[in-house]
Amino acid sequence: MLTNPMLFVLLIPWVGIVFIALSSRKANLREFFSIATSLCLFVAVIFLLKNWDTATNSSVINLIEFAPGLQISFRAEPLGLLFCLLASFLWIINTLYSISYMRSNQEQNQTRFYIFFAVAIASTMGLALSSNLLTLFIFYEVLTLSTYPLVTHKGNEAAKKGGRTYLAYLLSSSIVFLLFAILWTYHMTGTLEFTLGGVFSKTADPILLSVLLCLFIFGIGKAAIMPLHRWLPAAMVAPTPVSALLHAVAVVKAGVFTVLKVVIYIFGPTTLESIPVTEYLVYLAGFSIILASVFALLQDNLKRRLAYSTVSQLSYVTMASLLLHPLAILAAALHIAIHAFGKITLFFTAGSIYTASRKTKVSELNGIGRYMPWTMAAFTIGAISMIGLPPAAGFVSKWYLLLGSLKLHEWFAVGVIILSTILNAAYFLPVCYAAFFKKADCIPETQQEAPKLMVFAIMLCATGTIALFFFIGPLIELLKGLFLDPTVLSLSIPSGVKP
Amino acid sequence: MTDWHAIITYWAVITLLVFGLYIVTASSNLVKKIIGLNIFQAAVFVMYISMAKILNGTAPIITDKINEFSAYSNPLPHVLILTAIVVGVSTTALGLALIVRIKQSYNTIEETEIRQQEQTEKE
Amino acid sequence: MLNQLIVLQVVIPLIAAPLCIILSNAKLVRAFVIFVCTASFSISAYLLYFVSTSTTKTISYALGGWAAPFGIEYRMDIMSALIGLIVSFIALIVILYGKRSILQEIPEKKITLFYTAFLLCLTGLLGITATGDAFNVFVFLEISSLASYALISLGKSRACLLAAFRYLIMGTVGATFILIGIGLLYAHTGTLNIYDLGEKVAKLHDIRTIYVAYAFIVIGLAIKVALFPFHLWLPKAYSESPTVVSAFLAGTATKVAIYALIRFTTAIFGIKFSFTTLQLDVILLVLSIITILYGSLVAIFQTDIKRLMAYSSIAQIGYMTLGLSLISVLGLQASLAHIFNHAIIKTSLFLLIGCLVLRMSSSKLSDLQGLGKAMPFTSAGIVIGGFSLIGIPLTAGFVSKWYLVLAALEQNQWWIVAVILFASLLAVVYVWKIIEVLYFKPAKETNVAVKEAPLSMLIPVMFLVFLNIYFGIETSLNAGITKAAAMQIIGS
Repeated sequence: MLTNPMLFVLLIPWVGIVFIALSSRKANLREFFSIATSLCLFVAVIFLLKNWDTATNSSVINLIEFAPGLQISFRAEPLGLLFCLLASFLWIINTLYSISYMRSNQEQNQTRFYIFFAVAIASTMGLALSSNLLTLFIFYEVLTLSTYPLVTHKGNEAAKKGGRTYLAYLLSSSIVFLLFAILWTYHMTGTLEFTLGGVFSKTADPILLSVLLCLFIFGIGKAAIMPLHRWLPAAMVAPTPVSALLHAVAVVKAGVFTVLKVVIYIFGPTTLESIPVTEYLVYLAGFSIILASVFALLQDNLKRRLAYSTVSQLSYVTMASLLLHPLAILAAALHIAIHAFGKITLFFTAGSIYTASRKTKVSELNGIGRYMPWTMAAFTIGAISMIGLPPAAGFVSKWYLLLGSLKLHEWFAVGVIILSTILNAAYFLPVCYAAFFKKADCIPETQQEAPKLMVFAIMLCATGTIALFFFIGPLIELLKGLFLDPTVLSLSIPSGVKP
Repeated sequence: MTDWHAIITYWAVITLLVFGLYIVTASSNLVKKIIGLNIFQAAVFVMYISMAKILNGTAPIITDKINEFSAYSNPLPHVLILTAIVVGVSTTALGLALIVRIKQSYNTIEETEIRQQEQTEKE
Repeated sequence: MLNQLIVLQVVIPLIAAPLCIILSNAKLVRAFVIFVCTASFSISAYLLYFVSTSTTKTISYALGGWAAPFGIEYRMDIMSALIGLIVSFIALIVILYGKRSILQEIPEKKITLFYTAFLLCLTGLLGITATGDAFNVFVFLEISSLASYALISLGKSRACLLAAFRYLIMGTVGATFILIGIGLLYAHTGTLNIYDLGEKVAKLHDIRTIYVAYAFIVIGLAIKVALFPFHLWLPKAYSESPTVVSAFLAGTATKVAIYALIRFTTAIFGIKFSFTTLQLDVILLVLSIITILYGSLVAIFQTDIKRLMAYSSIAQIGYMTLGLSLISVLGLQASLAHIFNHAIIKTSLFLLIGCLVLRMSSSKLSDLQGLGKAMPFTSAGIVIGGFSLIGIPLTAGFVSKWYLVLAALEQNQWWIVAVILFASLLAVVYVWKIIEVLYFKPAKETNVAVKEAPLSMLIPVMFLVFLNIYFGIETSLNAGITKAAAMQIIGS
């Protein structure tokens, strides 16, 4: 067990926390430890990925028996590995960016910030690798609690109010609905282990399963399906690196990740097909996509606009996973990673605009591209990915999703995708246009690009967004493990997009 | 059971119980509350004694005369109630001691007045 | 020899109590009391170990050599051994912790008397768990109650006197109700032995005396348990008394009363009579749910942290009786597990509050702002205890809620599950209120230079905090033993 690479993935962040806490008085040392931890973690994840290919059986850790047949245990599987890879990689970039951002904006309580950031990553690793619902739920809650001090980092009244909303939505949904659903599942099946094809017997009452599915979908508040989306805009009071953590690295991704896990491993697509409520939830997710896009269009605050965009993009994942076609599920899994890269780029640019010129509103961005060319170029790449145009990665997931819905003749989903693409374009492209081509209303005092380290981090993300488009192959290969019969995928992948 | 004087003690018990409980709840004077509590407990003592008593029964002491031994009062409830009386006495003592301290610090033993003082303290 | 341990566990503190007065030197008394508590604790730990591993799962001892049912029998099964262990363990921790806190909160010349009353209270509580005689239960209940009235009245503010007096009135009425019930039972069956009573009552059908006895006993115990609507004595009694006393009582007194409730309803009246014929389950279910919701709701609006915890205790009592009302192995297991876990949770919280009170001389939330930095260990402990109270995973509180929800689901009572989870949300609100005060409010100027609590207090209480997490992860003791106990009671 000691040589198990998964153990390292789980433990490295915690070790890092100890070092960060010990070096609280020396800023440079503390930040060195932050970066070192994130790099080590990424290496460990890569190592795990390599080992996982060869020896599948070794990647199980059982800790302790909590109740009969119920252990706190970890197991590496494709979706979890993808999530680990994503979170650990983005953590590196985010740390670079945070250092620059926190210093330039002279934020208070920086040690607390780095510690809780690392706790959030540590719980994300636990969540991604958990092998049953109980373990997942534990880390889901730890993630919620550890991000609260980050959201309220500024400590003023607005931050506290936002933090309270954040906590209220996430904790109440998870305790009342998700825990209920988990206990009910345990009661019905006697197991919470993630099993390909689902844990429910074929004779289970479909009405009961419908109720359960609803409890799960609404219980996973982090997936922000409407009407449980309010916490995301509320959490916009946080500093930008935290927003990036929420929107790209960990929190919302943990939400849709859990949805996918439940769909694939707890219910199983075949069970879900027989439940009437699945279809209605697809409609709900579809409406959520459109409505959130419309809300985004109405926002003038750049970060709030991005927040609503996240709500709509998350519902893409929920909708895609509930469509149940293998291609749609593949799209959902890919979209978790792809959206993460796009959205972290966008949030970083919003943060650097704030750092460089203290601007937060879309209407103030006229002509900003002239003196912040790198930042706004990255913004454009992120926007393209959100809309789903090549050569940004957003295209790939949208393509598979569209393909899946077409195969199912799910015209509602097709309509939603087309309409939301138009809406996405409507709220992103004018920003890009204004930044580069409109004249500034008034000449700001300082006309400069953001700090170099920030720009570097942003460019890394933007490059990643483009790179994912060209090198998506290995990810798809990895995700084949999500299906009982992987051939369904290879048959339906058109040769045209195969890299 | 039908004989009225066989159950009259139980009626007395019930009456005392109700009186005692009423005094405890209705009286505002703390000492009266303790008195009520004593009446309440006395009722229970009577209940225990009356259930042990047998008409024409004697004390359960072995003597030469075998006949006298045939009908005797059950000694156990008497013993039990001795314990309960001790408990009751100590409760009363403790209650009265508390009242003395309350009188010292609030300068009154009327619950209504104490409540008023608490109200003003809060404000 | 072994059987005598049952009695020894009770008799040691009983004999030690008056010895305290004779010793009179405060330091000597303290050392002596620690020794006595350690002895009680080791005996009860050994008893639990022995009972749970023996073949019969019970041991009994005939007091004075008079065999049951005529003599007084002391009898322990897994449940009573478990409750006994909880009581003696909490007593030991509280005493170890108490040195500084007692010095600060109790007048110096009364410290010896405090220890005497404390030992008497311990005697009473242990006695209730050990005895197999119904009248003996009443006697021990009164011993512990009288001692606790005295303990509560040792508080600093004058309000504690009134709190003690009100508790005295309520408690005596409750105990006398129990006495009436026991008398009626005796009148009809001629025995006082709990297990003998059980056999005899089972043979009687539809006897009015038994019904009346049942009503008196259940209501009397409900007062002691502080079940809604008999909870009125509890908030003041817990919040006005010295911290060590609130910690000890919150961890033990109501728990032992619930133990007595379980024992009387299952062993004397029988599950069938209590829960089928008289439908105590329905009454208890409704009252428990009201207790849970009422306690949690009122706790939210408290401005004093001790009062907040007192109301939260009321709510948690509701969870324990809720498990009993489901009357299944799983339900009773949840109930006992929550008794076990809550004893640890609430005692640790009250003791941590004692640390705050030691430094701040106040338990008002507004005076505790921003102490998270000045007293990091104490505050972190309160956070962990609070999480456990909510039932966040990996804490002890989660385990008992887990079983409680499973027990409710087992009977398809999904709405109970909804209530439990909703009440957890209310717990989130009041716990968060404390966390916000400690960590996210700017520290008052007077609070910046505050020192962390002394190690002599921190070590015992941190051990409890550690147990909070330990029992949330390693569940073999709180889930395993309680399951064995529940199976022994329900008999399946």
